[in-house]
Amino acid sequence: MRIDVNSFVGSYPFRRVPGTSAEALLAAMDRTGIDAAWVTHLPGFFWKDPAEGNAWLLGTTRQHPRLRPVPAIHPGFVGWEAALAAAVEAGAPAVRCDPTFYGIDPTGAPLRSLAAACGASGIPLALAVRLEDGRQRHPNDRAEELPPWAVRALVRSDRALRLLVTHADRPFIEEVHFGSTPDEAARIWWDISWIWGPPEDHLQTLLRTIGAERFVFGTGQPLRLPENGGAKLDLLDLGPGERDAIESGNAMMLQA
Amino acid sequence: MLIDVHAHFLHDRTPRADWRERNASRLRAGDRVGITVHVASILGSWGHTSPTYFPSLADCRYGNDFLLAIQRDYPARIRGYVTVNPNYTAESLSEIGRCLDAGMVGIKLAASRRADDPLLDPVCRAAAERRVPILHHIWQHRRRDYSGQEASDARELAELARRHPSVNFLLAHIGGGGDWLHSLPVLRDLPNILVDLSGSGVDGGMLEACLEAVGVERLLWGCDLTIETGWAKLRYLEHLLSADEIELVRWGNAARIFPTGAFPAD
Repeated sequence: MRIDVNSFVGSYPFRRVPGTSAEALLAAMDRTGIDAAWVTHLPGFFWKDPAEGNAWLLGTTRQHPRLRPVPAIHPGFVGWEAALAAAVEAGAPAVRCDPTFYGIDPTGAPLRSLAAACGASGIPLALAVRLEDGRQRHPNDRAEELPPWAVRALVRSDRALRLLVTHADRPFIEEVHFGSTPDEAARIWWDISWIWGPPEDHLQTLLRTIGAERFVFGTGQPLRLPENGGAKLDLLDLGPGERDAIESGNAMMLQA
Repeated sequence: MLIDVHAHFLHDRTPRADWRERNASRLRAGDRVGITVHVASILGSWGHTSPTYFPSLADCRYGNDFLLAIQRDYPARIRGYVTVNPNYTAESLSEIGRCLDAGMVGIKLAASRRADDPLLDPVCRAAAERRVPILHHIWQHRRRDYSGQEASDARELAELARRHPSVNFLLAHIGGGGDWLHSLPVLRDLPNILVDLSGSGVDGGMLEACLEAVGVERLLWGCDLTIETGWAKLRYLEHLLSADEIELVRWGNAARIFPTGAFPAD
């Protein structure tokens, strides 16, 4: 069983990306042995109110049971509580908020309110550090990357909050993990999409220093090739059960 | 056969205390992926006693000697690019001759001098004379100068390639940061520039764009600092290409541009 917690459907505004339809995503999943994917509506990332893409996302994922919706919530818009309730009602494995892309304070009062509501609802909150390498972004694609201090502040803001952070690299993860208490760190899951393999062996190191229980399989497809996740796992030296935990077990724990 | 045209090794005079582990990790991962030959370079002392992209003569020589020693230790698996700093013209030409005579198969130019600078011409003439390719570090779409390197982009490499049509150039790490979308259109009409697919970037659409811009005959497989991304790109190309075409990317194109006998199956 392999679950991709970090995938998208819909077009990308800053360059041509093949395979952005739900059908293409499913074909890519078949090609790379991915059984289920947590998906976000990609155009909504860049909308004033990203929650406006949620109805399409929920409708699309209802048609394709292997796709699980991760609706977006903008806590600066009146009515966001209803969007969160709808996501919970729909059985979403997580909701997402990407404050730097929305142009809002990543640790401001609206974010803290959303964090508390997610904690109370028992639904994880997903955040992306970035979508693309900063050196290649469109000149008008100027959103800041999510800073590590924002993740530390958010996880401290509510004792029941669980976070899924995607597209983070090793220094980011280490800064947040070792800058948090064990209880705080145990409420953060990291996807492996942006962590280097050999010869630098960043992921292998993190599995040893932080633990396999904190990592989940994610690809960032279709902005990134989903083949990268499998190749990365195939190059690891893993203990018994660790591969299953990363590929699906930890994600199933996170969504429960 | 699978040839990684963009590999690196570390040595005891680099800032990395874990240099042995990193070298061993590259070879171990290469075994798993099935890499037959790592074509590698060492950029001086990697910043220890001179800057990575502006290596001193002494550091170039130490790194090249270390690489020659690794090549002797793994005669079937490792080949070397001789690294030079073209600001030292006479010494660079001497070092190129010394290292090619000792068995290296190409020249590495990093970012010590802009690619279109006339100071690179003697190096290119040496490459033409010895019939070896030049791997040139590239910042895809260089929009300004950056500290630590005198980086070049595809347009600047293209100027050099036009002046030396008999030399094959490898445009380094198309997935290595910067904007590959700006590099590819520059390369269409320059058959002596091949695209090295290495780099940590695994962007959706990048490989299709490479194929569209230069065709399968000008793609070279490589990893640079991330072997998993190289493997991912290879797996995706196996989905895009025919069996014959994938062989070109895996090794056939490399065998065409490196000296005869550089690789085991030649």
